[in-house]
Amino acid sequence: MSLAQDDRGQQRAPGWLARRLHRSETLRGWVLLSPTALVMAVGILVPTAILLAMSFWSRQGLDFDTTLTTANYARAASEPIFGAFLLRSFWISGLATVLTVLLCYPMAYFVAFHIHHNKMLWIVLITLPFWTSYLLRVFAWKVILGYEGVVNSGLLSMGLIEEPLAFLLYSQAAVVITLAHAWAAFAILPLYVSLEKIDRSLLEAATDLGDGPVRRFLRITLPLSLPGIVAATFLIFIPTTGDYITPALIGGPDGAMIGNLIQLQFGAVNNWPMGAALSIILMLWIAAVGVAFLIVTRIVKARLA
Amino acid sequence: MSDGSYIQRPNRPLQVYAALFLIVLYVPILFLPLFSFNASIYVRFPLEGFTTEWYRQLFQRDALWAAFRNSLSVALTVSLITTALGVLAARAVTRYRLPGQSAIVTFIMLPLVVPGIILGVALLVLISRLGVPLSLYTVTLGHLIVCLPFSVATLLPRFEGFDRSMEEASADLGEPPWSTFWRVTFPIVFPGVVASFLLTFTVSFDEFIMAFFLSGTDPTLPMYIWSQLRFPREFPSVLALSSMILLVSFLMVFLALWIGRLGAVDTRSEGRVE
Amino acid sequence: MTAISAMISVRNVGKSFGTFRAVEDLSLDIAPGEFFTLLGASGCGKTTLLRMIAGFEGTSAGEIYIDGQPMSAVPPYLRPVNMVFQNYAIFPHLNVRDNIAYGLRRLGLPRAKQDAMVDEMLDLVAMPGYGNRRANQLSGGQRQRVALARALILKPKVLLLDEPLGALDKRLREQMQLELRRLQRSVGITFVFVTHDQEEALTLSDRIAVMAGGKILQLDSPARLYEAPRSRKVASFIGNMNFFDARVVARDRGRVQLDVEGLGTCDLAEASTTAPVGAGVCIAIRPEKLVAHVSEDAAPVAALQGRIEATTYLGERSHLHVRVAGRSAPLAVSSQNTALQQDAAAGDGRPVWLSWDNESLIVLDQD
Repeated sequence: MSLAQDDRGQQRAPGWLARRLHRSETLRGWVLLSPTALVMAVGILVPTAILLAMSFWSRQGLDFDTTLTTANYARAASEPIFGAFLLRSFWISGLATVLTVLLCYPMAYFVAFHIHHNKMLWIVLITLPFWTSYLLRVFAWKVILGYEGVVNSGLLSMGLIEEPLAFLLYSQAAVVITLAHAWAAFAILPLYVSLEKIDRSLLEAATDLGDGPVRRFLRITLPLSLPGIVAATFLIFIPTTGDYITPALIGGPDGAMIGNLIQLQFGAVNNWPMGAALSIILMLWIAAVGVAFLIVTRIVKARLA
Repeated sequence: MSDGSYIQRPNRPLQVYAALFLIVLYVPILFLPLFSFNASIYVRFPLEGFTTEWYRQLFQRDALWAAFRNSLSVALTVSLITTALGVLAARAVTRYRLPGQSAIVTFIMLPLVVPGIILGVALLVLISRLGVPLSLYTVTLGHLIVCLPFSVATLLPRFEGFDRSMEEASADLGEPPWSTFWRVTFPIVFPGVVASFLLTFTVSFDEFIMAFFLSGTDPTLPMYIWSQLRFPREFPSVLALSSMILLVSFLMVFLALWIGRLGAVDTRSEGRVE
Repeated sequence: MTAISAMISVRNVGKSFGTFRAVEDLSLDIAPGEFFTLLGASGCGKTTLLRMIAGFEGTSAGEIYIDGQPMSAVPPYLRPVNMVFQNYAIFPHLNVRDNIAYGLRRLGLPRAKQDAMVDEMLDLVAMPGYGNRRANQLSGGQRQRVALARALILKPKVLLLDEPLGALDKRLREQMQLELRRLQRSVGITFVFVTHDQEEALTLSDRIAVMAGGKILQLDSPARLYEAPRSRKVASFIGNMNFFDARVVARDRGRVQLDVEGLGTCDLAEASTTAPVGAGVCIAIRPEKLVAHVSEDAAPVAALQGRIEATTYLGERSHLHVRVAGRSAPLAVSSQNTALQQDAAAGDGRPVWLSWDNESLIVLDQD
């Protein structure tokens, strides 16, 4: 007698719950997914909707005048300061992105092609700083680039300069450097993944057909790693445009970005609707950039397929 | 891929570059502990002697300990909730073919890419419109949003590599679903759960921008540090505090990534015949 | 076989995934103690049918009975069947002993009894002493045997096997085939075996169901499937086959005469076909049923002359491709190499004489 039966030789009967879930797999799936999806909906969709609404209001003393108006957007479009900040933010982010991708590519290449054991250990080591406090890492750069900071005092005591370099801190350059350093991990991961995927036998075939190392790189490796490059660019540019901490600690007036401006609206200036409008504008610009990148990725992938 | 193959032959300049890269990556961070032992208020060269004064001072600051306790309780709550939600989500996505699920997963990952300031400001606006006062609870909510992507990102690969036929085998051998979960599913995904817990804890503990916008009167530790940055006199103690935080964070994240990788027993088949 | 006496009874079962019909109106009965094989190419529905018997897929239509009981409301963990999965599904976090004893836990047997049963199983699958090995220390063949032991220890009425030998290399596969057969005979339970390998099916089975497109093409013993396939699909799926167009010329005195393309006039027993005079039929003959003779004298009187186009040497036999008049495609002839072969291709281009027994000609249904 099979061990799936009880002593009387009768089939064990399933409960009603078992029968219910046995029927609908999709229902089970949705039940499992709903709490997470709900939290994210409440955390992202709802606030964004209210932010959007608020951008059409105006400040009135301690409260808000909720009559809908596009005054905030008009101001943002007409007053040069807003456009200037937005442009500067894109400029700084763009520079930082290019720098990061350029500097991280060789490293990703190294781990993908020249490390044969414990690849994951290297990747863990490289990305480790990224998971720890962003604030502290930016603070470290503040300490390094300061007027009386590490670089200056070091150069002074070595006699290489006579006066501290003032341009190191509170400048656009400082922001770019700090951003590049802080976001390196976000570039390494997609670059590594796409380089790792490249079939080594393609390179061997290219060699067999007469290509030297440089040509091999330019004709095979680089094109095939393009999806990773696009992904890395996308992943660094978008968050850094809205960064607040780095320009606040390191940027000074010259290096201030749109994030600082938005924060002011919610802080000292206390014009929340304006801040909301600026945030929406930033989001729209980021979405536009995101879509542009997605299109580029699609084109790149299609050409490679 | 043999070590000796032509394509893989060592490249000196690249090796040098890699070493330099790692140095440049870690040195700026290592300056923090370096100067935390420096017997000087000023963070500059030359070094002026070794001292543990700054560390000793930390232990006397009540405000700091209060902030520490706040961060701890927030991080604990956040890591428990996000890991639990992450398990459910990862299971739902990998086990059931739900329509539109890749869109939902992308949506869940959004906070990783969207600038923190936008998330913070949006939540601030929502919370204030609802009339809820800012407090550690609002900070916890903000952290939930920020940490969920990390949890899902850690757990998804674990669940994806988990072969469905394991559970079918368990059912086939007589175990009802709940029992199958405890005897087969949970033990195999457990390392991923631990990794998710450690990672989200660290992210929440170190998180600044959401706390910046959503804090009430009780600061988290990063907020406390921020308030001290106004005073250059306080830099050395901030350095000491930062060094300790960095050390613990590094350890926890390293553990998380290592455990998450370990016991990544690939439960998928070898040589599956289609 | 009635639904009462059969161990497994599949009645008009259908299964659809969205608009795709994996299994259509399928019925069969499996006798107790039988080694029953579902044979077909990928996508024919055999694995789907197996999973429906196990309970991992529900039926869209029809009913499955195991030992007389309907199974549609019974979830997999309550069915008296056990399955050996294609990838074995050995639990990686448990050792061999705990894997095999997995299904026993629920029953609350005393520890000593469980250990004794596990040891008995390990002996049965020829892996004594492997109890403490971890899953990742086992080879493919060993995992397969652990999976078998794990299923058999529960004494199921039916053992389901989903292409269990597919991942093994040829020699190991042949070894395991013999072991499976021996095991099934000694344990005596019903085996339902799924494979796409027709040689494997012929070796192991008591009966085979050849499937395509979610339906059964023919259900028969291996010998009958091989010697008397009913349709062209089945005939070409199992083994090699020569196909011919033919026409019924006359019916006379219990014999029917056919004009077979390339072979000339052949007469068969009247019962071979019901087609009327003048109708076209499809005839087939196995390559090994055509006997090749190297000279006209050695051949019987009515031998057919042809020319060897190409020879494929396979060690114990050679496959000859022979051109004959009246037929566009060459005949496949399989010849045992009873004499020493110095140069297998020496016969290429030479004439050859073929003879056969008309009883070996198979008449196929038009499909």
